[in-house]
Amino acid sequence: MKIIVAIKQVPDTNEVRLDPRTGTLIREGVPSIINPEDKNAIEAALSLREQHGGEVVVISMGPPQADDALREALAMGVDRAILLTDRAFAGADTWATATTLGLAVKKLAPYDLVLCGRQAIDGDTAQVGPQLAEYLNVPQITYVRAFALYDGHVRATRTMEDGYEVLEAPLPALLTITKEANKPRYPTAPGIFRAYREQQVERWGVADLGADPEGVGLKGSPTQVKRSFSPPPKEPGEIIRAAPAEAAKQLVSRMKQKNLI
Amino acid sequence: MDFSFSKEHELFRRMVREFAQNEVAPIAAEIDAEEKVPFDVLKKAAKVGLMGVPFPQKYGGAGAGEIGYCILMEELNKVCASTATIIGAHTGIGAMAIYLDGTEEQKQKYLVPLAKGEKIAAFALTEANAGSDAASIQTRAVRDGDYYILNGSKIWITNGDIADVISVFAVTDPSLGARGGVTAFIVEKDYPGFRVGTKETKMGIRGSSTAEIVFEDCRVPAENVLGQFGAGFLTALKTLDVGRISLGAGCLGGAQIALEMAMDFAKNRYQFGEPVAQKQAIQWMVADMATEIEALRSLVYRTAWMLDSGNMGREFSTMAAMCKLYGSEVLDRCVDKCLQIHGGMGYMKDYPVERMYRDARITRIFEGTNEVQRLVIATNLFRKIGLRIKG
Repeated sequence: MKIIVAIKQVPDTNEVRLDPRTGTLIREGVPSIINPEDKNAIEAALSLREQHGGEVVVISMGPPQADDALREALAMGVDRAILLTDRAFAGADTWATATTLGLAVKKLAPYDLVLCGRQAIDGDTAQVGPQLAEYLNVPQITYVRAFALYDGHVRATRTMEDGYEVLEAPLPALLTITKEANKPRYPTAPGIFRAYREQQVERWGVADLGADPEGVGLKGSPTQVKRSFSPPPKEPGEIIRAAPAEAAKQLVSRMKQKNLI
Repeated sequence: MDFSFSKEHELFRRMVREFAQNEVAPIAAEIDAEEKVPFDVLKKAAKVGLMGVPFPQKYGGAGAGEIGYCILMEELNKVCASTATIIGAHTGIGAMAIYLDGTEEQKQKYLVPLAKGEKIAAFALTEANAGSDAASIQTRAVRDGDYYILNGSKIWITNGDIADVISVFAVTDPSLGARGGVTAFIVEKDYPGFRVGTKETKMGIRGSSTAEIVFEDCRVPAENVLGQFGAGFLTALKTLDVGRISLGAGCLGGAQIALEMAMDFAKNRYQFGEPVAQKQAIQWMVADMATEIEALRSLVYRTAWMLDSGNMGREFSTMAAMCKLYGSEVLDRCVDKCLQIHGGMGYMKDYPVERMYRDARITRIFEGTNEVQRLVIATNLFRKIGLRIKG
């Protein structure tokens, strides 16, 4: 059984502070981490390997510094780590990212499962997993909080806003994993020192993937950022100061004005 | 010069910090109140490879060196001095003696399971009449065929009642004194004639166990002599030298968290219509704490780096004594200031400051009192200009 996990290195938003004067993010000195729900995906892959045997391959598209995220995955116990890095990949939106990851997954075929975290804490789009499944033309189940394999199928519990669905799909399939699925293991202490001193992170660029340079990175991204801005602060609420009966009257008339009732 | 940590040490610190926050911090108050060794935490620590951090991987360790081990002690002490003390006595002195002076066979037999956390170690030197005057130990070991017969008792042994393997120091030739007359032995708890005596109840580090261990015609196989016969005192001193760095690292963690808690409190506690942090009296305490902590950090990691670079000479020994001396005194001053800044709240058992204050006090006493550390430092210094300090 071969399980491929796609991960992203993100800034640790717990460590991001606001500059009290300018109100902007202080990025300096913020550590980079594996996106938290991608760790849930790694954990799911590792426990699957413990039950069924096989190989866990982790891939990530990113700058050379993303090497650290892959080392951490190695320290958690994955078998192989591949960094997709190339100047041509820079500036990718979710579409171009999914294309790049898809080329790598195809190069790694045959595979049984592709796992992704539900969404990244920096972009919050939750798009790359589904787009990757479309690119690969395999079934996808998103928002998975539990799953099991049987007879070449996967049966997964998918979290909905108002309940859950149980879905089945034939393998190979792609799942996006939520934080409810498991508690990611710690990288082990010996694993950390082995990952940096003895193990390798493979590097694949445009040529290794046979990618069309026009189809990846900024050039392959249909999304264009026009402007970025902080949303204006919410206007403060209004307190109606009057005797209760009078206040209630005023409140009702306001709500009518705003077509709320 | 390069003062940066390697990437692997940085990731290791992040991993230890998460482990300490998630697995250790929640039980710290409880194990203190109930004087309960956190076996569950030790098991979890073993699973992620935190019971043999400084040792090479071929001996079951993490291969993190002394720098890595100091990171572990620093981070653990931020949340629970008891847990750090248990792992410190196990790794930093108990197993360390075997790593430093054991034969290859002894390392395979004892160090590997200790480093993996399958077994727990202790280090037994102190006796009723031999504390700072360690050379006055009276536990005797007498040869009997393929065995040595040990008689005597050791007191205040951290992990004494939970250890499976103990590095024990005994007199093998009373006529030779400390140099030549003391030998180190590896003792298993199941050897006939070994038993645990009185268990102590303590002011601080109450989640760690401290016990008397007793040898009554205890039969120890001759192959369990640790290091050279008659050179046990050197093994003890060398092991304690190394242990003093990580002890300083533990103090660094405790002092750092005291500073952070004091600052957080000073920012949020309002008196006279403003945060107490606006008062110069508080600012000066914070500035002094932070300055001493940074000085301690440099001292500890420079000394750890010396050891990892293979330097175990006299200068190293002096620096290690400084780590212990300065570390414990910086910790003492920092928890005291932290408590003072917290005022009445710092004195109440509802807040961890009270526990930190009690836990800190032992660091000026154990693993060589600070008075002995000053003696070591002064002796080494004067020796350089040709004066022998009588001690």
